[in-house]
Amino acid sequence: MALIRSSKLRQSLDWPTVFIYFLMVGLGWLNVYAAVYSPDNVINIFSWDINSGKQLAWIGTSVILIIVVLVIDYKAYDSLAYIIYGAMILLLLATLILANPIKGSRSWLELGAVRLQPAEFAKFATALAVSKFLSSVNLRQQNWQDHAKLVALTLLPPFIILLQNETGSALVFGAFLLAYFREGMSPLILIVGTVAVALFISTLLFPKLYLVIVITVGLGLWLWANQRILMRKWPLILMIYGASIGMIFSVDFFVNNVLQEHQQNRIKALISPEADPRGFGWNVTQSKIAIGSGGFMGKGFLEGTQTKFDFVPEQSTDFIFCTIGEEHGWVGSVIVIGLFVLLLTRIVKIAERQKSVFGRTYGYCVASIIFFHFLVNIGMTIGLAPVVGIPLPFFSYGGSSLWSFTTLLFILLALDANRKQDLTR
Amino acid sequence: MKYLEDRKYVIQAIFIIVATIYALKLFYIQVIDNKYKLAAENNAIQKNIQYPFRGLIYDRDGRLLVQNMPVYDLMIVPKEAKNPDTLHFCKVFNIPVDEFREKIKAAKAYSWVKPSPFLTRLSTQEFAAIQEYLTDFPGFFINARTVRGYTHQSLAHALGYIGEISPAKLEKPEYAGYLPGDYLGISGIESEYEKYLMGKRGVKYKMVNVRGIDKGPFRDGEYDTLSVAGENLVSTIDLELQQYGEKLMKGKIGSVVAIEPATGEILAYVSAPGYDPSLLTGKEFGRNYTKLQRDSLKTLFNRPIMATYPPGSIFKLVQALIAMQDGIITPNTGFPCNQNLIKCSHGHEAPTNLRIAIKHSCNPYFYQVFRNEINQGKSRNIFVDSRIGLDHWREQVLSFGFGDKLGIDLPNEKKGIIASTKLYNKYYGENRWKFSNFYSVSIGQGELGTTPLQMANLMAIMANRGFYYTPHIIRSVGENGKPLAKYSKKHYTSVDQKHFEPVIDGMEDVVARGTGSFAKLAHVGITVLGKTGTSENPHGDDHAVFVAFAPRENPKIAIAVYIENAGFGAISSAPLAGLMIEKYLTDTISAPRKRWEEWVLAGKFKPKKKR
Repeated sequence: MALIRSSKLRQSLDWPTVFIYFLMVGLGWLNVYAAVYSPDNVINIFSWDINSGKQLAWIGTSVILIIVVLVIDYKAYDSLAYIIYGAMILLLLATLILANPIKGSRSWLELGAVRLQPAEFAKFATALAVSKFLSSVNLRQQNWQDHAKLVALTLLPPFIILLQNETGSALVFGAFLLAYFREGMSPLILIVGTVAVALFISTLLFPKLYLVIVITVGLGLWLWANQRILMRKWPLILMIYGASIGMIFSVDFFVNNVLQEHQQNRIKALISPEADPRGFGWNVTQSKIAIGSGGFMGKGFLEGTQTKFDFVPEQSTDFIFCTIGEEHGWVGSVIVIGLFVLLLTRIVKIAERQKSVFGRTYGYCVASIIFFHFLVNIGMTIGLAPVVGIPLPFFSYGGSSLWSFTTLLFILLALDANRKQDLTR
Repeated sequence: MKYLEDRKYVIQAIFIIVATIYALKLFYIQVIDNKYKLAAENNAIQKNIQYPFRGLIYDRDGRLLVQNMPVYDLMIVPKEAKNPDTLHFCKVFNIPVDEFREKIKAAKAYSWVKPSPFLTRLSTQEFAAIQEYLTDFPGFFINARTVRGYTHQSLAHALGYIGEISPAKLEKPEYAGYLPGDYLGISGIESEYEKYLMGKRGVKYKMVNVRGIDKGPFRDGEYDTLSVAGENLVSTIDLELQQYGEKLMKGKIGSVVAIEPATGEILAYVSAPGYDPSLLTGKEFGRNYTKLQRDSLKTLFNRPIMATYPPGSIFKLVQALIAMQDGIITPNTGFPCNQNLIKCSHGHEAPTNLRIAIKHSCNPYFYQVFRNEINQGKSRNIFVDSRIGLDHWREQVLSFGFGDKLGIDLPNEKKGIIASTKLYNKYYGENRWKFSNFYSVSIGQGELGTTPLQMANLMAIMANRGFYYTPHIIRSVGENGKPLAKYSKKHYTSVDQKHFEPVIDGMEDVVARGTGSFAKLAHVGITVLGKTGTSENPHGDDHAVFVAFAPRENPKIAIAVYIENAGFGAISSAPLAGLMIEKYLTDTISAPRKRWEEWVLAGKFKPKKKR
């Protein structure tokens, strides 16, 4: 039985995705080594004393994890989705209580020699749960109870993670909006969300009066050209206008009074890292210097100076992209970006060919989560996004994140490999 | 459901748009914008300048004038110097606590990880005293370098000094190779010959990590260069003569410039009061400099090339030469000593020829010479005639090196002033002035200003009978180098050689039987030819001037001596010039002249207004 399944699996597994996965993990491993490499004290890439050696162990265990994920009966992911979700919520709560704070964050569980971050695993668990939920309801129906349940399902894990003081990991759950959009959520939410973020950043960058003038004049011109809309929807338009102006004038209050100091600094660093290059601007400044100094072709493997000599903080984890940018230049950076685009479009393709809503939604959740990490992680290293401590999938050093993304991706591949059996179910 | 499926395009479009934006932004920071590459180099590659030894300077006989001496800078790396024991530190290094705090602050402001100087120019003794305590203060270390050192206390004005480059200079393109804190020649030879003396700097690139810790040479030293020591200079100065001149000028204000006529080489260059050049090296530079600068005697003022005085009676030599060249007079021309024209205080024999006129420095004689020179009747209009005459005359005066920089290899040389049409047009208006407005120029007063160097050069012209070499103080670059080419060019005056002898005859009489007799060296067989002068000083006692050259045939030395406020040149400058000439030509002072040496050293010249 198992043999038949394994040969079937070999035929139906989406090998391009598997190939991209191993390529990314392999490149990640080399760059982790480059990040910790020190020319005056060369340590073997396989040595357990440095991150590259440990990362190889994480990769090895990931292979075992992959086999386990593929061998488990694919139906279990559907049927046990809520149970897995529930277990993960309990684990998050347990972590909150049991964890020893590390850098102000209570998110790490120590199991003997290894440290795990349950927040990482909450991603695939939540993806399973919301997919399960969406396979039973229709988002386009204006059933507010269903909507509320979905919102609760999505926001419970990040709420606990926020309590653990892991803002970055919590923000990732916003990525689910993209999956919900595919499943029928009004595009207005995405648009409003995007506009609100854009307006928020504009308020920090430009004088408020200019923004008010631009919005007023722009809206006025648009309405003048589309007078019928003005006639029909003037209360809504007035509301949107009022909300925008209100937001412009409340951003300062929000930044100064609601955000914690380190969060304020991250926003300041995004806007003007030059203001304090040795303080809050250090990460962004040094990260851009490392990447920018790579030039077109890069300095060559293990030849980077910025990443080698500790100018870039967290270089093997959150700032791994700096090593790529410095040593492999624009060409290397674009290859990595290209690999992500390839992977993401492949996942969308896989998601679309699922016969079940569960499988499709899960596929989009996977794409959304990986995309969000890609967006924020690379964005922060080149100064286009605030510094939020989340890893670059498959590249960054770290067992929890590698295991988590591996599980996330290979559950989808397991579902995909068995999609034809769904028909006969 | 179909329209929902289309949303996959929207979602994939979002992926691709974000990826494209990132790729473009990366292209901008990695390929287009260079600032990150520079910043990366500043970050990780520390450029250590290897300072070469600055070139030495020798005198004409190979005696060392300027050498290098070791000093020690205490450097600080603020990042490593966390929380030093302030009181202990201040005790060891003997500085006030406030100063300590201020210096720490300044160092931090410069760089947290790069070394900056904390205390500079510690002497070997000071270094020895603090050396053992250095281990108590992590983040502090000693950087040895050299400063200028001197084996004598002479020639400070000509040698100049070196100092830290100023922020203003750092911004100029010609100082592009210098870094803050670098030393360079600021005045004198040190400044003029900076590019030879400085040598070539070497660079060592080493890699450092974020904590500034050395990570070995960059690319195994592929880009490192060795420093090349600066070139040594050979000066034209005769240190012994120089020191003798400075001794004689002690307690006086003025200048002594001696030139070798056959080469234009400056043998002695005395600016009094002088100062010890080592005052402007070492730790006390700032304090000493301020003290010298505030000095009421203007010690730092480089008198031989920066002070301009009316040439006085000495200018009559030039007047005679030009008049002969223009055919206005011959050596045998006589004029009455008409005191109605201009005062002549010497009761003397009738100036029936030029020689007598020069011997007695007869004012009315030269008044008439100059009047005929200016008003040659080239125009019926007396104003126009005066202008034509003045222009023609001036052109010739300039050919003697007056009214413009001679081009000595020292900075800040002054041009001096020679009466000109432009000047009088400004004073009186065009065509509204004539000879009577500037007749005092005839006797070297009025709108005339010359530097002691220009006057010494005039003596070189007399000695050479009509030409000069640009006076210079450096003979060659490199110990065995050839003489600098730019100083081997003869500059001819407008006056023919044959007109010089009659004037020199007059100068011989001045020393043999006239006002310059205190410079007489006939007893040792040397004919000194000279001329006294008095520069009128509206601010006090007149300045005593004596110029001379010797011997008459094949002259070896031309000299100008200025003693401010000493009155009449005959009793102060003349004996001093005589002593200098004797010292240079015979290497000693003969017994009969010892009396004059004592007299000059005592310096109690009685100011007496005479002309």
